[in-house]
Amino acid sequence: MKDAAVENTQIHDEGIEKGAEKLTPEKIQQVYQKMMDAEAGARLKTYVESCVSCGLCSEACHFYLSYDKDPRYSPAGKVKQTMAVLMKKKGRVSVEFMKKASEIASTECNLCKRCAQYCPFGLDIAYVMLFVRRLCHKLGISPQYIQDTAQSHSVTYNQMWVKEDEWIDSLQWQEEEAQEEIEGLRIPVEKEGADIFYSVIGPEPKFRAQLIYQAAVIFNAAGLNWTMPATPGWDNSDMAMYTGDNEIMARIKRMHFETAMRLKVKRIVMGECGHAFRSIYDMGNRALGWRMPPVEVTHSIEFFYELIKSGKIKIAKKYEPTVTIHDPCNVIRGRGLHDMLRYVVHAICENVEEMHPNREHNFCCSAGGGVINCGPPWKMKRVNGNKVKAQQLFDAKSRGAETCVAPCHNCHGGLEDIIHHNEIGMDLKFLGDIIYEVMEKPESVL
Amino acid sequence: MDISSSWDWNAGRKEIAQFGNWPTSFDWVEEPYASPDGEKIAAVVKTGEMEFSVCVNGTAWENPFDKVWFLRFAPDGRLTGIVSDTGQWTLAVDGEAWEEKFDYLWDTHFSPNGKSIICAAQNGMRYLLVNNGTPWQTAFANMGHTAVSPDGSRTAAVVQTEGFKEAEIFKFQEGCFSVAVDGQAWGRNFVNAWGLTFSPDNQRVATEVRVNLYDYTIAVDGQPWPTTFPSIWKPSFNPTNGSVVAPAKTPGGWTMVSDGQPLWNGRYAQLWHQMYSPDGNHLAAIVAPKYGHWTMAVDDKPWARTFDDFVTDASFSPDSKRAACIGVTNKRHHICVDGQAWSEGYDMVWAPVFSPDSQHVAAKVEKDGQFTLVMDGKPLKNTYTKVWDPVFSPDSQNVLLRALEGSGSDTIYTRSVLPLNKFLG
Repeated sequence: MKDAAVENTQIHDEGIEKGAEKLTPEKIQQVYQKMMDAEAGARLKTYVESCVSCGLCSEACHFYLSYDKDPRYSPAGKVKQTMAVLMKKKGRVSVEFMKKASEIASTECNLCKRCAQYCPFGLDIAYVMLFVRRLCHKLGISPQYIQDTAQSHSVTYNQMWVKEDEWIDSLQWQEEEAQEEIEGLRIPVEKEGADIFYSVIGPEPKFRAQLIYQAAVIFNAAGLNWTMPATPGWDNSDMAMYTGDNEIMARIKRMHFETAMRLKVKRIVMGECGHAFRSIYDMGNRALGWRMPPVEVTHSIEFFYELIKSGKIKIAKKYEPTVTIHDPCNVIRGRGLHDMLRYVVHAICENVEEMHPNREHNFCCSAGGGVINCGPPWKMKRVNGNKVKAQQLFDAKSRGAETCVAPCHNCHGGLEDIIHHNEIGMDLKFLGDIIYEVMEKPESVL
Repeated sequence: MDISSSWDWNAGRKEIAQFGNWPTSFDWVEEPYASPDGEKIAAVVKTGEMEFSVCVNGTAWENPFDKVWFLRFAPDGRLTGIVSDTGQWTLAVDGEAWEEKFDYLWDTHFSPNGKSIICAAQNGMRYLLVNNGTPWQTAFANMGHTAVSPDGSRTAAVVQTEGFKEAEIFKFQEGCFSVAVDGQAWGRNFVNAWGLTFSPDNQRVATEVRVNLYDYTIAVDGQPWPTTFPSIWKPSFNPTNGSVVAPAKTPGGWTMVSDGQPLWNGRYAQLWHQMYSPDGNHLAAIVAPKYGHWTMAVDDKPWARTFDDFVTDASFSPDSKRAACIGVTNKRHHICVDGQAWSEGYDMVWAPVFSPDSQHVAAKVEKDGQFTLVMDGKPLKNTYTKVWDPVFSPDSQNVLLRALEGSGSDTIYTRSVLPLNKFLG
């Protein structure tokens, strides 16, 4: 049997390989030093140098656990193979070293922060991996597919190269489709002064347009005053945040929030996406000088909780197949929405079988942190790197779970691959899918 | 001459339309829009199966369309809506569709005098701008960031001039985007180009560009500054000497640069939305003097009053001596004039408007779902279902209130000219 970790070293990524052709050790050292002078401080030094190699982080990492506890995949091991060496050698490393560092930082760490939770010193290894990714960005050796996504953000302000007319056309198409079910239903575009700006991520108009349809049904049934913009700024996602292109991250977040300000909305309600929440609520806003999101941001979990609890939407008949719940890292560990998620799931589903560990102790889907966005070359490394999640899903299935609820786009992508590859045989749904299915819907809103 | 000088400025209230009745005539009535002079109210309405029109003061346009959206009044009072008919899209102006039709059309812009109406359009997946119905001669693979010259005669956009395949990242990094002015692309490509601006004489165009993945600068008429920065925002032309200024990121923080050289001494956590005063003698911007603290700076001097959430909608008075903005702290929206915030906070505030004599500032505000106007910190006695932005009379003695009064089927659209003493002291 081949060693999976060895197989993983043979993966070819055009972005890393071709980018590295332009690199020299001198260039690496120069860029490293410039970055250390300008952007690194006590935080990075503390995180890298305070590690006592206790190994508690290892057991927290799904990559480590899934790759037979190979220490190369432990969080501390990833730091020791990348930033620790860079700091020890003051950036005097080879091109081959940096290629491997790019691979480790971008494809072996989901930035899920589970390890930070178990570290006795609270060392944030995700921060260190992001620093390595930024260095790789500065050196031009980011993986090809996620780099392409960051470039899409830079041009279109969305992650899927969706052109301005295609976006509006998608909204109008979904509005027409929804009107066949509910007479008079609107997706109000550019309605200045609406209470809510509903923001989504690039894949929704591109591949999952039914989610916009379903959201429109929910907003209308709840009688809310909402809108979606007809301009760039509609996409809340952010892969530039994960390549370390912080300047583009800031630029696209500015567009997003200034779109909300232009529309004079009171809050942004965002679709079921985890990483976008991290960008809007933490990294993107703060890169611009906003301590908190300048316009209030509500994640869908919180929003659905609010609608169901207040009775604004009513459940006609609960979803019958037994479900299990996947906790997306960015909105659970990052925001603490796990109890609200459970309130919503129990309100809409008859039977719930939990995966364990769960809530803030959940295991990542292995797609997050931009890992799935590194594309086809890295797919099997990612899927094999989460046998832990596969086992969790199998366990839940053995207790009757037929459907996994995952309120996050990247989690969907990752879990879909895990379910398919491991032949788990489980449906995967967003909260919106189930709410749309079980809610009381008006025949007409005219 | 100011467009508003020909409007009816006689004091008094006029009932224009029984807006609340419209749903009895149409299946579907969308949110209404009021004309700048207040004499008309209009909304997209459904007139039949898959048939839409626009109702103005109770009467629908004669010709219906398959779809109407983005209804907006031009500054000169013409009413525009983006319309489709048999799968083709164009703009209808006061009910008359442009002759030219497109596979798609969107992003309506107006020149300040209202004479030019500009839209983005797509034909056969090629993109172009359309000015008063006349399309550019050249179309591009992609397009964005529409800009219109001050006189409305010229248009510009960021365009894609080189093709690249999916995930062809290194081709992209060679530079595949440029700026087209009146359909003619600059002869030079960039990795990215973003916000565009025309010079006051309509002759020059400046834009923020990324020359590689890491270096940002300003390009003027296709020529980038020799100096680059780690990041940059949209530029402005200095109306007095033609130089170009932009907020640029430097190692010490954000600052204002002119033609690539530092202009301001201050270094800010953030700096954007700069604007020249009408006389061109002052330069102001929205700034964060410290992380998480927002205000306006005029000529590099930040106001002492700062806001925690954000600052937006900054403007100069017509005499160039005063400035105003909206500042938000803990979701309460305040109007701030010359560094002094009005005491009352609101759920929402729209852009503050100076009187022509620069003595007064008024704005539309929202509190608890009701709307009214506020002038110099004093609100009107009444609140309304909806109001539009205030307009001062040319002599600065009156304010035009455009409002929806009442609710449900009793909702009436009114136009009132109010003397300034109607605002409560």
